[in-house]
Amino acid sequence: MDIFSFLVQTLNAVQYGLLLFLVASGLTLVFGIMGIINLAHGSFYMAGAYLAFGLTSATGSLVWAIVLGVPLAMLVGAALEALLFVHLYKRDHLEQVLLTYGLILIFEELRSLIVGNDVHGVAMPDFLAGSIPLNDTLSYPVYRLAISAVCVVLAIGLYFLIQRTRLGMMIRAGSHDRDMVQALGINITVIYRVVFALGVAMAALAGMLAAPISSVGPNMGGQVLILSFVVVVIGGIGSVWGALLGALLIGFADTFGKVILPEFAGAMVYLVMAAVLLWRPEGLLKKGA
Amino acid sequence: MLESNLATAAPVARMAADGRHPGTAPVADSDSAVRRPGDASDTPQASADALLAARGLHTYYGSSHILHGVDFTVHKGEALGLMGRNGMGKTTLIRSLMGLVRTASGSVTVRGREMRGAATHAIAKCGIAYVPEGRGIFPNLSVKENLLMAARPGVDGQCEWTFERVMATFPRLAERLTNGGGQLSGGEQQMLTIGRALMTNPDLLILDEATEGLAPLIAREIWRIVREIRLSGIATVIVDKNHAAVSSITDRTMILVKGQVVFDGSSEDFRADPDLVTQHLGV
Ligand SMILES: Nc1ncnc2c1ncn2[C@@H]1O[C@H](COP(=O)(O)OP(=O)(O)OP(=O)(O)O)[C@@H](O)[C@H]1O
Ligand SMILES: [Mg+2]
Repeated sequence: MDIFSFLVQTLNAVQYGLLLFLVASGLTLVFGIMGIINLAHGSFYMAGAYLAFGLTSATGSLVWAIVLGVPLAMLVGAALEALLFVHLYKRDHLEQVLLTYGLILIFEELRSLIVGNDVHGVAMPDFLAGSIPLNDTLSYPVYRLAISAVCVVLAIGLYFLIQRTRLGMMIRAGSHDRDMVQALGINITVIYRVVFALGVAMAALAGMLAAPISSVGPNMGGQVLILSFVVVVIGGIGSVWGALLGALLIGFADTFGKVILPEFAGAMVYLVMAAVLLWRPEGLLKKGA
Repeated sequence: MLESNLATAAPVARMAADGRHPGTAPVADSDSAVRRPGDASDTPQASADALLAARGLHTYYGSSHILHGVDFTVHKGEALGLMGRNGMGKTTLIRSLMGLVRTASGSVTVRGREMRGAATHAIAKCGIAYVPEGRGIFPNLSVKENLLMAARPGVDGQCEWTFERVMATFPRLAERLTNGGGQLSGGEQQMLTIGRALMTNPDLLILDEATEGLAPLIAREIWRIVREIRLSGIATVIVDKNHAAVSSITDRTMILVKGQVVFDGSSEDFRADPDLVTQHLGV
């Protein structure tokens, strides 16, 4: 592998990892703070991709689709929390898994009813459609760089929100002692709703960003869900920065696995997970870190 | 509510104070200072300045009946000592008042407004700050964050307790602002929870076993701070095993035995009657 194809693969790995982080951070936050295992989290990614398809067709641009779609996803997330997930906080994991698995089936069925089972493509915005030449034969698509940039900005924003704002302090405090937060006069219900809606919006945004570079089709949530759980477990359940490390690790393992050991490509991610867990059974970072 | 009023209003024979008889809870004799419905303290005029009050409160943990019709009042600016041996229901009473455990019947009012069954945060927002047994600091937040996350103006918009004032009151905390809450010593953790409670600019501060497990010197420091808080006009409810210390800084004393109020009177009266200690508090 020469330096340029190495560079291309590295950029791909980072972009893939960051996108995965967008999905996994919501999953790990909801688990770490509210104690909920949400199998339907991948469906939000799928919903985002379809939203991108629908709204891009309607408005003519993916940018508009994102501008409209992200607030919409937040509203849907808040509504889902208020109607369904709020009942799960005091339930055990089996009941959580049952309800959220049921949601996957419902979301897939709804998708099938509303948009059918065809595979769709979404056009990327014109101003991001170009690519940057690296040498005579290789070039790198601007759109993928843009995805990485958006994800980096969001990761920094999330860091700022959680580490530097009072809302973030309340979120972290709530992950440790829900009753004590309430006894300080803070409405934890609202905080949970915000966190959940945020998680849904980030997963949906990941789906929207991914839509132009991967086809939009049935069951696209399943694969992402599994990888997100791998990321969450590697990173340390409940740790957002662990999720970032884990997601980048999976991004590199998957991307370079396909190049270096194509015959093991599918297993590479799980080998990495096994290795990390043998080294650190609790994951890379602790909850709340 | 009804049956508890009847129970307390009915004249009752004095039971053996050791409470060994199954099914018979110790009850105060008629000349003790238990406040009964209809007493002067319950006239509308007197309860008008009641900050937090409960009437006939019953609380269960599963099938075990813990609070048996407790009447409780703390007035604006008043310091109340809540005493009782281990397991008598002091913490349960406080958690019932705060809405942290479900109560079966009775009433809880804050400034005359019914709050039983309300969310804990709504009760706390009425100006009630709670320093729980075991402290309840957030170890995953720094000392500074523990304080800042709780900051808000009081019910009447008062903002006397700023971050700076808390720092001045607890100089030890000022030196450890960037430490994680979990890295503090027991005494420092206690100061942090008290400081955090003050950041909400409360009208009432409830302290459950604030000096438990602390070295005497540190405990004395805590008492000094509690006295200072009292003098600033904040009402306090103090639960502590050190009844001498509590009764010396409170206006009123209340004793719980097996989830029932057996004494509710002035701390002066409490100190004047050493039998109360031997009967209800001694080991
Ligand atoms: N979560 C719980 N579940 C069941 N029983 C409980 C629970 N918490 C307390 N109890 C019981 O309720 C009774 C009252 O407990 P509580 O903690 O209110 O007493 P306390 O007066 O605060 O005692 P201490 O001085 O030890 O703090 C005790 O018999 C205790 O065993
Ligand atoms: Mg107790």
